[in-house]
Amino acid sequence: MDVNSNRYTYLFSIIMVVIVAVLLSVAATVLKPFQDANMVLEKKSNILASIGLVSENPDSLFNSVIVEQLVIRSGEVIESEVSAFDLDMANAVKVPSNKRSVPLFVATYQDNTYYILPLRGKGLWGPIWGFISLQSDANTIYGASFNHLKETPGLGAEISTAIFQDQFPGKIIFSDSYDGIEVRKGDARTNQQVDGISGGTITSVGVQYMLEDCLIPYKAYLLKQVAESTVETHIETLADSSNTNHE
Amino acid sequence: MSKAMEKTAREPLFSKKNRRLLIDPMNENNPITVQVLGICSALAITVKMKPALVMGISVIVVMAAANVLTSLLRNLIPNRIRIIVQLVVVALMVILVDQVLKAFVYDVSKELSVFVGLIITNCIIMGRIEAFSLGNSPWKAFLDGVGNGVAYAGILLLVAFFRELLGNGTLFDYPIMAQLGVYDMGYTNNGMMLLPPMALIVVAIVIWIQRAKTPSLIEKD
Repeated sequence: MDVNSNRYTYLFSIIMVVIVAVLLSVAATVLKPFQDANMVLEKKSNILASIGLVSENPDSLFNSVIVEQLVIRSGEVIESEVSAFDLDMANAVKVPSNKRSVPLFVATYQDNTYYILPLRGKGLWGPIWGFISLQSDANTIYGASFNHLKETPGLGAEISTAIFQDQFPGKIIFSDSYDGIEVRKGDARTNQQVDGISGGTITSVGVQYMLEDCLIPYKAYLLKQVAESTVETHIETLADSSNTNHE
Repeated sequence: MSKAMEKTAREPLFSKKNRRLLIDPMNENNPITVQVLGICSALAITVKMKPALVMGISVIVVMAAANVLTSLLRNLIPNRIRIIVQLVVVALMVILVDQVLKAFVYDVSKELSVFVGLIITNCIIMGRIEAFSLGNSPWKAFLDGVGNGVAYAGILLLVAFFRELLGNGTLFDYPIMAQLGVYDMGYTNNGMMLLPPMALIVVAIVIWIQRAKTPSLIEKD
């Protein structure tokens, strides 16, 4: 047999390609469940990390801490075919914010309620995303974490470091004049502004747009929640004080 | 480097010649420090020990498997498309390794990210297939692959050791410098060790020491 004949060369390459294709598709199919489980686990630990919880076993902690997973559209909780957890933010942000279905995670940890909101936006070179958690007033930031696919290391990529993220806790997102957090060039003063990253202006601005764009769909719902809980607390306080009076 | 292609009928598995295949790459024929191949990955993933170790193991597995496979096929591969066949074999192994890493050590695979895929372009692997396994028996090719892979991983770990220790004060994420209490004496981590150029400088120092110690590598002018 002449291994260098044209006929043999064609035959060899065809057989090789078929065998390789079969091997790879078998491997991909067999390993897919494990890979998907890893991604789910990673998302859970990211959600937990936004309220400052790190665990070796994110699965059980997630189940005990996250009390509600809601899908929100136009300020209302809706029944959605896709669960809040599986809702893909990359697709969601393509819809105008007033028609968008967005996931909201409500966490209870040590008697405090937190609202966890996923974020998704554009940096300089590719997508940026993250989670932001709000305290029970649904307005004050409790924690923020950002991540990116391919921002420049040392510049835009710094959004995923503590130096940038630690500016966020305590800031407020909704006010009469502005919804979101402004990323400023070194002169952040108010409680709705943070300092951007030198040399990472486009990524910093991307973070600002991402926050504006991703927080608006929650505004109506969150304000309603807060109004209700304020009324409840008010009634409780009244009840308490009337009890005290009786005694 | 000349590799004899003679076939002895009953050669012991670890004959002297075979042992040399395994041991030569460690020093006199080291792929990184002597052949200066695979430098890009030595630069990219030597910031920490753990990714360096996983990268090293991945390369050993890919190189051994690809070497054996091409050696088994060596009499069947048409000469004109042999480079393409080598690429396909290496790419197959790399994708398999990548999939396995994603499934079982997800955090490390995230850290290695594109570099796993770039094993395909690691010149050491293609170089060994083309230069050695296409002309030798599977067992020899396997030894050669493991030898070169281990030598590559060794240099990677050596560089990562210094970069992580001096740049981060940790080893395998264990805060060794903090445990030793050197921070209290005014020691600080050298952030420059984490930058890519320092990888090349560390490699260069390794090459320097190795050449000074190995007479056969000293060039006559």
